[in-house]
Amino acid sequence: MEILVASAIGILTAGGLYLVMRQRTFPVILGVSLLTYAVNVFLFASGRLTIGAPPVLTDATTYTDPLPQALVLTAIVISFGMTAVVVMIALGAYLGTDDDHVDDAPGRGEDEV
Amino acid sequence: MTHWLIMPIVLPALLAPFIILAARYHMGIQRVFSVAGVLALIAIAMGLAIETSDGTVMLYQLSDWAAPFGIVLVGDRLSTMMVLLMAVLALFVLLYAIGSKWDERGRHFHVLFQFQLMGIAGAFLTGDLFNLFVFFEVLLIASYGLMIHSGGNTRLRAGVQYVLFNLLGSTLFLFALGALYAETGTLNMADLAQRVQMIGPDGTVGIRVAAVLLILVFAIKAAIVPLHFWLPSSYAEAPGPVAALFAIMTKVGAYAIIRVYTLIFPVDLDVTAGLHGTWLLPIALLSLAVGAIGVLAAKKLDRLVAFAVISSMGMVMVAVALFTQESIASALYYMVHSTLASAALFLIVDLVRQSRGHLELITDAPVAGAALVSGMFMVAAIAMTGLPPLSGFVGKLMVLNASFDADAAVWIWAVVLVSSLISIVGFARAGSVLFWKALSDGAPVPELGRTPPTGLSFVAVGGLLALLLAHTVFAGRMYEYTTVTSAQLFNQDTYMRTVLDTPGKLSDAKSDAKEGDH
Repeated sequence: MEILVASAIGILTAGGLYLVMRQRTFPVILGVSLLTYAVNVFLFASGRLTIGAPPVLTDATTYTDPLPQALVLTAIVISFGMTAVVVMIALGAYLGTDDDHVDDAPGRGEDEV
Repeated sequence: MTHWLIMPIVLPALLAPFIILAARYHMGIQRVFSVAGVLALIAIAMGLAIETSDGTVMLYQLSDWAAPFGIVLVGDRLSTMMVLLMAVLALFVLLYAIGSKWDERGRHFHVLFQFQLMGIAGAFLTGDLFNLFVFFEVLLIASYGLMIHSGGNTRLRAGVQYVLFNLLGSTLFLFALGALYAETGTLNMADLAQRVQMIGPDGTVGIRVAAVLLILVFAIKAAIVPLHFWLPSSYAEAPGPVAALFAIMTKVGAYAIIRVYTLIFPVDLDVTAGLHGTWLLPIALLSLAVGAIGVLAAKKLDRLVAFAVISSMGMVMVAVALFTQESIASALYYMVHSTLASAALFLIVDLVRQSRGHLELITDAPVAGAALVSGMFMVAAIAMTGLPPLSGFVGKLMVLNASFDADAAVWIWAVVLVSSLISIVGFARAGSVLFWKALSDGAPVPELGRTPPTGLSFVAVGGLLALLLAHTVFAGRMYEYTTVTSAQLFNQDTYMRTVLDTPGKLSDAKSDAKEGDH
């Protein structure tokens, strides 16, 4: 299970980083989303991977750490909201200038299509 | 347990929804409540600062849960000082926004302003790293709204870059927190400080990765080279008063570095030896130099000031990176100065933009109300570049004095002095082009649309400059205060005892729970 989770985080991060370095806003936003998925799984794994154990302290000897689950929940909500904000701002910038490059090269949007 | 410690967070958090729900269409009422809120915030922050000035550490346990399990707010000298600085800065920025009518040019300025204050105050007061992340997000999401306030295409484009960069920073922060939690099983700062000590020399990989990731996140916030690329365009394109308020946001990064890297990872800790203790100083010197060169190279006044901010953050970080009691004391002194000076400069940039129409550093017709604006520019520029007699000079002197015994003293002195000279040249060039050469191109003075700014704007800028003057005149007092603050940072016994030993709800069950926790 470790190898599955670890490679999932790795692949998501690699894909996310590749997309983040693209020049247009849409792939960059997708890349940021992939990175946030990766970090959510990573946070989840930071409490050690346990299957079939309750997330509360009981008399049973095995339990799973409840804190990372709470952290992930917070992180999901925040990253979801942030992604929505960046989509709105990027859409505004794109509709205003008819250009969705992330970098600002001089003269962009005037002589380039 | 006193509840005052949470007031700097609760007050703006309640005021903002009130403004949006009750006073949505009444700019006058919004302004009254916003100013009243900030005035109350100053009073509260001042009370907290007085309360902690004798070395007491105030603790607020949310829902009365004891420290490693519940979230705590901690007020010591450093955090209350930063909250007070934020509140005072917010007052003048708010007055300027009202005086220059920036708050009318888009919607919900005052709401976002209050949420911004809530986020910054929370980041200063929290004693829990994950809570720090949450407050970072609160201040960021408010800053996104403020940054694109009143819209415009260039501003939106700069906003996209700013938001994306900070989103990546937040993701990095979460990675750091995950690594930290996996290694130690806690995210409470005081508890972390204890547990990091227990890590043996053979298992340091994870904690070293976490320490580096964390400093990268804070370096993004503090705009340290090479993570500064977001700052120039977003600060330059943000509305004037917003950029002035953002002057405290870079200091949030610096504050977090000071807090985490004196409390959790002190420089003499073995498991993180050779990381920030070694590498922060060269990077700080580099950002000092890059900022100064940017000041010289800037073609527009707003970019020039943005690079001056990078340079002064470099200066703060040079002092922080030495990690001695004396150097942190001078860093804190310089941090207050740098906040006030950058905010004043951004407001002056806005004054120039308003009366000149554009900010290109080329000769043009004289600006309306030139005498006062140029005088203010000169005072602020003297303060920013560190010329005598203002507090920039005093602060740089303190930093140089603190670095006298360091190994890299030659490098520090050389870079600080040369980059000061470069930024003096940059500011002198900008000032002379803007104000002195104004008439030499012989262009007729266009009257249309160039009105001198209102009195309240000048009061706001003048207030900030007066604070700078006070910061200079009372430099001795301030330095005494920051020295004791720094001493508290290097002797964290009271902090640890207050946070970890204060009982909370179900405290007798605490010892049993702790056994099974890790």
